Amino acid sequence: MINPSIQNDFPIFSTKINGKPLIYFDNSATSQRPQVMIDKLVEYYEKFNASIHRGIHSLSEKATEEYEHSRTKVARFINANEDKEIIYTRNATESINLVAYSWGMNYLKKGDVVLISDLEHHSNIVPWQILEKKIGVKIECIPLDKDFGLDLEEYKRLLQLKPKLVAVIHASNVTGTVNPIKEITSLAHAAGARVLVDAAQSTPHMKIDIQDYDCDFLGFSAHKMCGPTGMGVLYGKKKLLEEMPPFLTGGGMIKSVSCEKTTWNNLPDKFEAGTPNIAGAIAFGATIDYLEDIGMDNIEKHERDLVSYALNKLSHIKGLEVFGQDNSHETRGGMISFTMGYAHPHDISQILNEEGIAVRSGHHCAQPLHTKFGKASTTRASFYFYNKKEEVDVMIEALEKVRKIFS
Amino acid sequence: MDLYRQHILEHYKSPKNFGSIKSSSKSSHGENPSCGDSITMDVTFKNGTIDDIKFRGEGCAVSIASASMLTEKVKGMEMTQIANLGLSDLQEILGIEITPARQKCALLPLTVLKKIILTELSSK
Repeated sequence: MINPSIQNDFPIFSTKINGKPLIYFDNSATSQRPQVMIDKLVEYYEKFNASIHRGIHSLSEKATEEYEHSRTKVARFINANEDKEIIYTRNATESINLVAYSWGMNYLKKGDVVLISDLEHHSNIVPWQILEKKIGVKIECIPLDKDFGLDLEEYKRLLQLKPKLVAVIHASNVTGTVNPIKEITSLAHAAGARVLVDAAQSTPHMKIDIQDYDCDFLGFSAHKMCGPTGMGVLYGKKKLLEEMPPFLTGGGMIKSVSCEKTTWNNLPDKFEAGTPNIAGAIAFGATIDYLEDIGMDNIEKHERDLVSYALNKLSHIKGLEVFGQDNSHETRGGMISFTMGYAHPHDISQILNEEGIAVRSGHHCAQPLHTKFGKASTTRASFYFYNKKEEVDVMIEALEKVRKIFS
Repeated sequence: MDLYRQHILEHYKSPKNFGSIKSSSKSSHGENPSCGDSITMDVTFKNGTIDDIKFRGEGCAVSIASASMLTEKVKGMEMTQIANLGLSDLQEILGIEITPARQKCALLPLTVLKKIILTELSSK
């Protein structure tokens, strides 16, 4: 059970939008931030601002300790084996790019198959298209079944092509689908493929268990889970990360440099060139404490209840069509993408905004998926643990208003 | 909710000059991929002015109403005059305040029309 007054933890909820209380349903784009995270950012800048891994002075020691302590928290949060398997990046997109450039460019060759899926966000499509252009890998797509899940029979058939990499989204940012990553991974490994998981939409909402999934790479962003912007994580299996060349190069990621030769630093520093997002990493540690206090199981259950409540209510609005899984799915994620034939998604968002409700309209960076729907865009309401049924009721009323204006 | 005044909704639901011109017209197409607005326009000219104009496509209330009212406004107008139209003129034509987030929607039809006009002018 989530504390009903949990919005008090977030200073933004005292903001009024068009004179109305803010109802924030754009959490799949980015979440809101609790005071504890903001305080930690400020604390670093005010109390122990210094570079890390460098100076033998008290401030630097304190900053380094907090920075690395956050890494330990992240590793524990997703149940990784070791801290050094956690690489700080800017976001999930950069995490995937790191793998594409450092692993893909060096371990893939012309004709190798990279298997992605029809559910992917552009961040897990475009980097592989770059490799298609640069080195001639071949991209294949796992299609969806009738229920917005990956068609696992078709997946097994595609594995006969002996792909070198399976790169799939864990939880969709559009349909609410949560893919069975453990099963996908074990099938891929049996076929000799590595597995990369885009966990940007799952890590904020459910317990992630790397050791259980056994995937090779997994990326996510802090800003979708109450953390700071510009902060992301790549998990990679130690053996793979050790073999991979660096992605970005410069200071901090080297052991020694002479004019002729450079030796790379150990993990994780090898992949963190230049002065990193120190404040962000430290504040992300505080964010993880906050989420663990609430409990990821609690968060998942709350959102499941909320999405089920919202789906039921939405089904009574005439002409409203949901693109995503229905309530029969145990794992369904907390976002609902829909259209109302008589009103364009932009106009729906605009009218909801008049009532203080923030939703998103567009293709949500999943254009191939929208093409499959035959829609250029949808409106998406996406929930987090601080959202409430009363807020869903306000949205339902506003959508009735949309219907009255446009139909 | 100033954006959805009655006249905007009327133009959205029953747009003027919706369709296509078959014979010897000049056409262009434009879209806002992130929101799915897409408009195609056909124009015929006579003595440096617009003789006939039609559009088709899909979009939000703002972009469709903008196309509908713009096409009404520019019939008979000189090409050089149209080439100089901007956001403030569009605001006047539409009779609503266009918020920054909706400028792209409102401007799409004008952008498409200007593309046709500029091609026509430069071919002279």
